Amino acid sequence: MTGLLELLGLGASAELLSLSGWGGNLLRGLANSLQIAFGAFGLGLVIGLFGAYGKLYGGKVTRDLLAIYTTVIRAVPELVLILILYYVGSDIINKISEAMGGGRVEINGVAAGIWVLGIVQGAYATEVLRGAIKAVPVGQIEAAKSYGMPAFLTMRRVTIPAMMSFAVPGLANLWLIATKDTALLAVVGFNELTLETRQAASSTRAYFTFFLAAGFLYLMVTLCSGAVFARVEKWARRGQPSLKGGAR
Amino acid sequence: MHTATAAASVPETGTPREAIRVEDLHKSFGNLEVLKGVDLTARQGDVVAIIGGSGSGKSTMLRCINFLETPSSGKIVIGGEEVAMRADGSPANQKQIEKIRTKLAMVFQQFNLWTHRTLLENVIEVPVHVLKVPKAQAIERARELLERVGLGGKEDTFPAYLSGGQQQRAAIARALAVNPSAMLFDEPTSALDPELVGEVLTVIRDLAAEGRTMLLVTHEMKFAREVANHVVYLYQGRIEEQGPPAEVFGNPQSDRLKQFLSSVA
Repeated sequence: MTGLLELLGLGASAELLSLSGWGGNLLRGLANSLQIAFGAFGLGLVIGLFGAYGKLYGGKVTRDLLAIYTTVIRAVPELVLILILYYVGSDIINKISEAMGGGRVEINGVAAGIWVLGIVQGAYATEVLRGAIKAVPVGQIEAAKSYGMPAFLTMRRVTIPAMMSFAVPGLANLWLIATKDTALLAVVGFNELTLETRQAASSTRAYFTFFLAAGFLYLMVTLCSGAVFARVEKWARRGQPSLKGGAR
Repeated sequence: MHTATAAASVPETGTPREAIRVEDLHKSFGNLEVLKGVDLTARQGDVVAIIGGSGSGKSTMLRCINFLETPSSGKIVIGGEEVAMRADGSPANQKQIEKIRTKLAMVFQQFNLWTHRTLLENVIEVPVHVLKVPKAQAIERARELLERVGLGGKEDTFPAYLSGGQQQRAAIARALAVNPSAMLFDEPTSALDPELVGEVLTVIRDLAAEGRTMLLVTHEMKFAREVANHVVYLYQGRIEEQGPPAEVFGNPQSDRLKQFLSSVA
């Protein structure tokens, strides 16, 4: 193995990327990125579900507030939002902490990242889920209603399972965006994959090696996600004949 | 078996207990008044056929009974219990309407089986999750019911892989699974290919024969005449004529009904 790498003139790169060296840092950065992406995506789903239901069934005030939320979040570039939410958020927490007699609080980078990206994801997820709920044939929900299912049970047993097949492609997009938006957290000094890569590259001057390695890691995340979402979509589409026709 | 229970519930006077009563029911969609004061009573064991041209309000009337449509005004009494309504006609007590709905099983024109669930899952859904029947018991009963409507062996099939007739029969099994006190059929054969109508009508005919209370909105005049013991003809949101099938079909009084019957014959 080592011999082969030497032969290809990649010995130096392999050494730079070794797990005990910078390679380990990159993987730690990846783990941080994934942790934030998972958290933000999950938070986004929760916000999105409430947001979608609020937009569809809520009163006027709820609908107006949600319209402001989705419009503003989707209008402002993510990078700007991250800067605003991160600095405003940590400022507010510190103000509260000081008012209560405590000192300055060290903001946990992962938690901050999840909140900031989660709020961004929530705005997009609201629209994805709203569209998916609207695509559920009205008869499915009417049947549940006509048999005395209460609203929450209908949502859990009928609406959400029935809308999943419409929502999964949009949600898969959101997840991939979440994994890559974590890179934007580099601007607030959070040690995710992109920042780790930049530090490794500038310390060793091996820019090409490290950014290629980071690109490879992002690609792997995307490929694995693709496989997972393909299975989720297959499950969500259970009971629906394939568009290619015929076989079960 | 069901006939026996129906007979047992007959009070001393000899008239069966009232199952559904509708009084002065009005329903408007915006400026369009679809129902202009309908009165209707179904006693236990009655099979009431509701006929009429398209737009006569027959489906709307049926859907007002279980509040899938909110009536504009009127009074609805199910099994002796009046549904509490607000001034605008919406149900005042959501719990009450949910309880009443579990006693009124509806069969839809478009079947409305839950597409992400197998036939067995469709049939046990309401018993298990709404009526809190133990799952094993619900499954056993669901198998019996599916067998009964001729779908034995299709338990694990998804609705999309079945014909319309099979789906509608499964929908009837789903309705029977809640042990309804009355069944509401909303044009159950109108979305079916002609050759599939018969198999669904056979199932409904059997249910009528065992003394089930049914309200049946239909375009199948021959069938209505055969199974119903009371026929209601709706015209432009009002009951134009009603009576025993032999009278309504054999000796129609109003010109509109005469015209309607000759147009569908």
